[in-house]
Amino acid sequence: MRYLLMICGDEAGLASLSPEDDSRMSSGYEDFGKEMAQRGVLQGGERLRPSTDATTVRVRNGDIITSDGPFAETKEQVGGYFVVDCKDLDEAIEVASKIPGAQSGSIEVRPIWEMT
Amino acid sequence: MVATLIRATGDWDVAEECTQDAFALALERWPRDGIPRNTGAWLTTAARNRAIDRARRAATGAAKLQEVAVLSSRNDAPDDEDSGVADDRLRLIFTCCHPALSIEAQVALTLRTLAGLTTAEIARAFLVPEATMAQRLVRAKRKIRNAGIPYRVPPGHMLPERTGAVLGVLYLLFNEGYSATAGTDLMRQNLSGEAVRLGRVLARLMPDEPEALGLLALMLLHDGRRNSRVDAAGDLIPLEEQDRSRWDRASIDEGLAVLAGALRRARPGPYQVQAAIAACHATAARADETDWVEIAALYDRLAVMVPSPVVELNRAVAVAMAEGPRAGLVLLESLEVSGALAGYHLLPATRADLLRRLDRPVEAAEAYRQALEQAPTAAERRYLARRLAETTG
Repeated sequence: MRYLLMICGDEAGLASLSPEDDSRMSSGYEDFGKEMAQRGVLQGGERLRPSTDATTVRVRNGDIITSDGPFAETKEQVGGYFVVDCKDLDEAIEVASKIPGAQSGSIEVRPIWEMT
Repeated sequence: MVATLIRATGDWDVAEECTQDAFALALERWPRDGIPRNTGAWLTTAARNRAIDRARRAATGAAKLQEVAVLSSRNDAPDDEDSGVADDRLRLIFTCCHPALSIEAQVALTLRTLAGLTTAEIARAFLVPEATMAQRLVRAKRKIRNAGIPYRVPPGHMLPERTGAVLGVLYLLFNEGYSATAGTDLMRQNLSGEAVRLGRVLARLMPDEPEALGLLALMLLHDGRRNSRVDAAGDLIPLEEQDRSRWDRASIDEGLAVLAGALRRARPGPYQVQAAIAACHATAARADETDWVEIAALYDRLAVMVPSPVVELNRAVAVAMAEGPRAGLVLLESLEVSGALAGYHLLPATRADLLRRLDRPVEAAEAYRQALEQAPTAAERRYLARRLAETTG
């Protein structure tokens, strides 16, 4: 089963990490990526620029409405994602728990709706 | 039986319907053909055949035909059946109590699939409309399917945490039957009976898990006092005033035996400790014979295992009984300073009781007034008002 793992965290806090903590987190993500690729569960994933760089697009009555920022103001913001293919939810939870961002933020595990 | 079918069909609703169909068929056939020697096997086979029929009729592709083949090939010998069924019930309990489901969903699903209560019965027990409960069950099953919650007993490294979740659901069920709002509603009281029954099933399925035994013991010991807890007006009678001759000795004796079995495994845990505390009360012939020193020591252990302000409060009560009210007041003071129990009426109520015993009526009355303001139910207010009157009168 495929899942989207959304890495949510407090952007402000993450932006103010010390260089040591920052590089520790980066190598943590590197290790995670290597391990999960080896296990054959990783299908993709990216780091995202902060929500301050986001643009939201809505079309209403034929008008394209563009606004600055994320689609909703939230306490934690999506900072990245992974797409994984796991045996079941328990495996997806175990994989999610190994994402460095899980230590300080939250990982939402959302099943992908297969449209075959 | 439902559990076995869930494993075979992977579909909870189909499993339920096929089970019902099997029972209906039995009611039709047995008067005519005679009751079969192995009724369990007859019913299981009938239900499975029904599931195969349905799968065949719904078969639209290779996947479905494969499903039919898998169903047809399951020919468990009668003596395999018992352990197979037991394993399925265990899988079912753990699946119902998966942490990815909300607590309400876990409780509802457990009652529906393991205790076999109808949706209407569960709705009434939790004071929600039947449609709401039906929706809750539908959503829970949908989540299990769509999110890929596995139907299995968790592997070893996950077992301790997941077992804790299962025990938590059972204990929640048990307490629902005793909650202040339960009153005389038999349906709610039945929840405690269901919890004890499921607790026995779990203890049988996990004989090497001492906390499962500890929980069963705790529930049996509490349940043994159910006939003396409430007076004619529906008010709660405090433990020290209960008529111990009305205690259910069979329930208590069973609880003590189960607890002894748990403790033999030398792997203590919070449910075992709480059961041991309940056992101290249950084995005291009179309130003034209670071994409060032992109870205080048990609360010391519980406070280490499960640090919580409520445990600390209970510990203060026990220490007050074992060493005198002054010692209890000292513990209450640090609880008050921490502010963790702000607004919780039992904190001022306990302080009031200790002050009353120290013959400080003015301060006791003030504390009773504070407790009265915070008391959540009419029954509690009546009790506190009575105490206040005794103090000031």
